[in-house]
Amino acid sequence: MKTESRLEKVLASGALAVTSECGPPRGAVPDKVKEKAEMLRGCVDVVNVTDNQTAMVRMSSWGASVIIKQMGMDPVLQMVTRDRNRLAMQADIIGAYSLGINTMLCLSGDHPHFGDHPQAANVYDLDSVQLIQTVVKMRDEGKFQGGKDIDHPPKMFVGAAANPFADPFELRVMRLAKKVKAGVDFIQTQCIYNLDKFETWMKGVCQRGLHEKVYILAGITPMKSAGMARYMKNRVPGMDVPDDVVKRMESVPKEQQPEEGIKIAVESIQRLKEVKGVAGFHIMAIEWEEKVREIVEKAGLLPRPEL
Amino acid sequence: MTDAFEPEIVAFCCHYCAYTAADMAGSKRISYPPNVKIIRVPCTGKVDAIHIMRAFEKGADGVYVAGCLEGDCHFKTGNIRAAHRVRRVQALLEEIGMEGGRVEMITMSAGMGERFAQTAREFTEKIRALGPSPIRDAIRQSGRRAAG
Amino acid sequence: MITAVRKSIEEIIACVSPYDRILLVGCNECVSVCSVGGRKEVALLSSALHMHFLKQGKTMDIREMTLERQCDPEYVEELVNYMDGADAVLSMACGCGVQTIAARYREKPVFPAVNTTFMGASERQGVWSERCQGCGDCVLGITGGICPIARCSKRLMNGPCGGSTKGKCEIDANIDCAWQLIWDRLKALGLEKRIEDIMEAKDWRTSRDGGPRTITREDLAS
Ligand code: SF4
Ligand code: SF4
Repeated sequence: MKTESRLEKVLASGALAVTSECGPPRGAVPDKVKEKAEMLRGCVDVVNVTDNQTAMVRMSSWGASVIIKQMGMDPVLQMVTRDRNRLAMQADIIGAYSLGINTMLCLSGDHPHFGDHPQAANVYDLDSVQLIQTVVKMRDEGKFQGGKDIDHPPKMFVGAAANPFADPFELRVMRLAKKVKAGVDFIQTQCIYNLDKFETWMKGVCQRGLHEKVYILAGITPMKSAGMARYMKNRVPGMDVPDDVVKRMESVPKEQQPEEGIKIAVESIQRLKEVKGVAGFHIMAIEWEEKVREIVEKAGLLPRPEL
Repeated sequence: MTDAFEPEIVAFCCHYCAYTAADMAGSKRISYPPNVKIIRVPCTGKVDAIHIMRAFEKGADGVYVAGCLEGDCHFKTGNIRAAHRVRRVQALLEEIGMEGGRVEMITMSAGMGERFAQTAREFTEKIRALGPSPIRDAIRQSGRRAAG
Repeated sequence: MITAVRKSIEEIIACVSPYDRILLVGCNECVSVCSVGGRKEVALLSSALHMHFLKQGKTMDIREMTLERQCDPEYVEELVNYMDGADAVLSMACGCGVQTIAARYREKPVFPAVNTTFMGASERQGVWSERCQGCGDCVLGITGGICPIARCSKRLMNGPCGGSTKGKCEIDANIDCAWQLIWDRLKALGLEKRIEDIMEAKDWRTSRDGGPRTITREDLAS
């Protein structure tokens, strides 16, 4: 075991891991974090806490992570390289670790263009691959990125994202290989609606033996409506929603669409459970946290392992 | 108002089309307003933005550039370049608070004597409606100041 | 070359209106090539300003000068005889030119008439695009001749990110994804494998982050 991370323990036990996420509020309302996290208690192993998601200012990821930690749950500190340079990021990693946070996710983050501060400087001192390298070096070598020794290095279980659907597709396995080479421990993928394409990607991943070097959690986002399906298909960069999924959502009356969305999510998990290399699921129910338990339960992933 | 406003208009006319059309209008005795002062150019592509600006600086109330029909330019794309420059001057005039409509690009062929006269009439009327260029007035007043 | 765009006339007017005699200085290099601050643009701006002030009942004395290279003290020296006749200088050169004038003529206010924009190349007539950010440690040799710093919206050194869609960048469907371009080029060169080489965290000291930079060539400097 490299760390104390609950996620690492679950994955190492061979069980399918279940993770979910919590987007912190846009204001000083700690109760909002608690409310969301409470809905996830007992049905997921760890809770990702997003970092200024979609480039909008929110309660900091580590602030909200500490709240979740205090509730006796396990947060995954998300960190984007967009907002901070390497000094600030390493400082935050040490700070978060000192407060009991031992799992994190390294991301490049959405461009400020998408958010509510498009005027902001776009830092990108490091990119996601370099952030992985940085955290792994802090943990395994006990050294800062700049090379100096750390007094009591933070031991983070290190994750990253992968999008099997972004272009160019042929590069997607190689890009994962690169993150593995950088030392990443686990991967959470982009939401999967095109299961065939995901399976093709996984095949490529397994051919290279990457699934033995990194735990891959398949991303699942239930859709609330046909409108949301169309929006994801047409508007969200790097998202692949096949026509038949949109059609299926449209085929039922509006009031039944949420239920249909849940059904699709559950069916997807059932199918993906059988795919070689899938080590668990990352369920991103955006502003719909109350449905996570239902999905996890219907997918046969309850109870969560006690450690 | 004692004197009616008589606009001063400068027309940059391409030798291969508009200028010949003006000639034809003359020989056919089709009348057009004397307000229009023609400057012959070998191609409207030769008319630079600064030439148009200088005309305004010297007090012209309106300027138009008359070139060949699209696709007929003797030098292939001179008239298209001229049209771009006219747009640029229009924007520049607007930026200093003058009507962009005081400058225009017009196209015709050499045989269109009637069209030449007609556009000259129409443009003159358009400028008459816009009124005198603020620059013309300003020049007169600054001259007066200098003299006084 | 260095590209620029003209400031709005309104902004320029606000700068120069307190003065009566303006020395309007263009530059024959980059800004001339990108049609923003050469002799022609100097004449046009001068004409527009003239007319604007005439309308206000003010005769603005504008002297037009276009130097060979405004970022070179040798050429900027040519203005010395005109400075006494000017209350302020309006420069149509890039920021380097403006500053060379400011450094030489300390007692004269100097205003930029253009916004210096980027180091770029001409894509086609009338279109310029950013190509280099002068990072001081060029990686073009590794990235197939396409700069990830200037051309990837997130200046990722290990791209593409998950937002790359059909060859375009996630921030705008009109912007090429630099990493798609890099990938295509590496393939064309038969260097696909290289995409898996990790580019280590960049040392930004060679860039602006190390403080303002100077180059001294011992063989030339005296
Ligand atoms: S790598 Fe640096 S020097 Fe090379 S083109 Fe890009 S910004 Fe310029
Ligand atoms: S889409 Fe391409 S160019 Fe845009 S930020 Fe991502 S990698 Fe960079």
